[in-house]
Amino acid sequence: MHNEHTDQHFQLRIDTEGHIEPRDYMPEGYRKHLIRQISQHAHSEVIGMQPEGNWITRAPSLRAKQILLAKIQDEGGHGLYLYSAAETLGISREEMIEQLHSGKAKYSNIFNYPALNWADIGAIGWLVDGAAIVNQVSLQRTSYGPYSRAMVRICKEESFHQRQGYEIMAKMMNGTKEQKEMAQDAMNRWWWPALMMFGPHDKDSPHTGDAVKWKIKRESNDTLRQKFIDKTVQQAELIGLKIPDNDIKWNEKTEHYDHGEIDWNEFHRVIKGNGPCNKQRMDHHIKYHNEGAWVREAAAAYKTKKLKKEELVIG
Amino acid sequence: METKNELYKYCLRLGDDALILGHRLSELCSKAPFLEEDLALTNISLDMIGRAQAFLKYASELSDNFITEDDIAYRRPENEYYNHLITEQPNGDFAHTIVRQFFVSVFEYHFFEALTKSKDKSLAAIASKTVKEVKYHMEHATDWVVRLGDGTEESHRRMQIAIEDLWMYTGEFFEMDYVDDILLSAGIAVDKSLIKEKWMKEIIKPLEEATLILPAYTHMQTGSKKGIHTECLGHILSEMQYLQRAYPDAKW
Repeated sequence: MHNEHTDQHFQLRIDTEGHIEPRDYMPEGYRKHLIRQISQHAHSEVIGMQPEGNWITRAPSLRAKQILLAKIQDEGGHGLYLYSAAETLGISREEMIEQLHSGKAKYSNIFNYPALNWADIGAIGWLVDGAAIVNQVSLQRTSYGPYSRAMVRICKEESFHQRQGYEIMAKMMNGTKEQKEMAQDAMNRWWWPALMMFGPHDKDSPHTGDAVKWKIKRESNDTLRQKFIDKTVQQAELIGLKIPDNDIKWNEKTEHYDHGEIDWNEFHRVIKGNGPCNKQRMDHHIKYHNEGAWVREAAAAYKTKKLKKEELVIG
Repeated sequence: METKNELYKYCLRLGDDALILGHRLSELCSKAPFLEEDLALTNISLDMIGRAQAFLKYASELSDNFITEDDIAYRRPENEYYNHLITEQPNGDFAHTIVRQFFVSVFEYHFFEALTKSKDKSLAAIASKTVKEVKYHMEHATDWVVRLGDGTEESHRRMQIAIEDLWMYTGEFFEMDYVDDILLSAGIAVDKSLIKEKWMKEIIKPLEEATLILPAYTHMQTGSKKGIHTECLGHILSEMQYLQRAYPDAKW
């Protein structure tokens, strides 16, 4: 099956903007890259439920509680579509969860930061989902069909998340002195980690080569990061939030905002597992996964019993 | 309206059941045995918070004070909440979560079905919407009762413990006091004595199918109609009311 001809055919399909579907031939590297990326994306959605879940029981109004619940539910739903998309590449959800627990599979670094006050819920929606959307909009054109289609669905919901996050920030900036302080505090803590979500500078990005050739990745880290900065700075100014970067300023020549240097030491420290919540997030996932084992076993046992009974009836 | 005070209290009771059990279920976000179930539980929670909002909003309209549904939800002292004691019980293991939901949802299904016939248009309208949601909650819980009861030895054991632990809180469902009586004679409230038999019949069937048995004890806990709760409620409220109490002038 695998010969130069099929590889060429595969690349031709990609070069002409065709989608690759689960039953199509694909090089092993392409499959592996996608499994790594899609499962990481799925895990991010699921682990991302934790920092926001941290505020559900303290949501300050009935409306806020419903919006937050619905949003977290969406994230879980995104996790489901993405696990299904990854499953089309020949890996099971159980295996993906094992890889998450063993540390082989990663999730977005951003969720290793804590959600400390109610404005963090605003900041997560506005900045974190805002950054994710920039990346995901670009991924709607990714070459693997199931991933691309999952992105189209996900993008629709993410824009609602971003709006609700911004609404919380705007409301708090329009509120009491304490609320304004909470909002700025959240801004200060989430801004830089949000910029780090786009990954290292293009010159330092290890995975970019094949991913670009295969059109899994459509735009570079720095391009996407700049898009995010350009749209977000103005939104911050509009509600009176200060960007925690003294070097932010509009550059008339480039028609983009210039910004200060990202602290890559922090980025690498958190990726290596030494962020504020890495251990907590993983312990939480493992604990509840293990606690649920008896339920999954019981459901499987019941199913087997039922099938046997049906066979007896038919047999 | 002659029955306004009673109707106000009736709305608080119905709103508080949904508010407190909805809150309990919301605690489970990211903690379910698998992702689909996580979504199912938060979905039920979401239905319940929405229902709480509807009843408490109606209560705020009946009140003589200028208060909102959020004031009612977040600013009352513990002894002015009237949710059934079962709704505030901890999530425990998944068996406890399911058995609690099973007892409550089967009751609520029949209760709200009867309430759709209320002469009070607002109550009847909320009940019509609720009964559709609760039908799903009931099916979800019933399905799990059968699967876990008749699953493994371990799941059976856990389910039987949960039933023993929670059974004592089911007597409250059928209590009637002056509020119920006054509103019942006005054609507004539900006659809960008529629901008891239906409830019992409906819970026995899946329990039998799941080889689970009802406890031998008959003593039932009570108190919520008078605002007397278990120790659980205070902790729920101190968490739920935190921002509203800490920043009383803030709007969220």
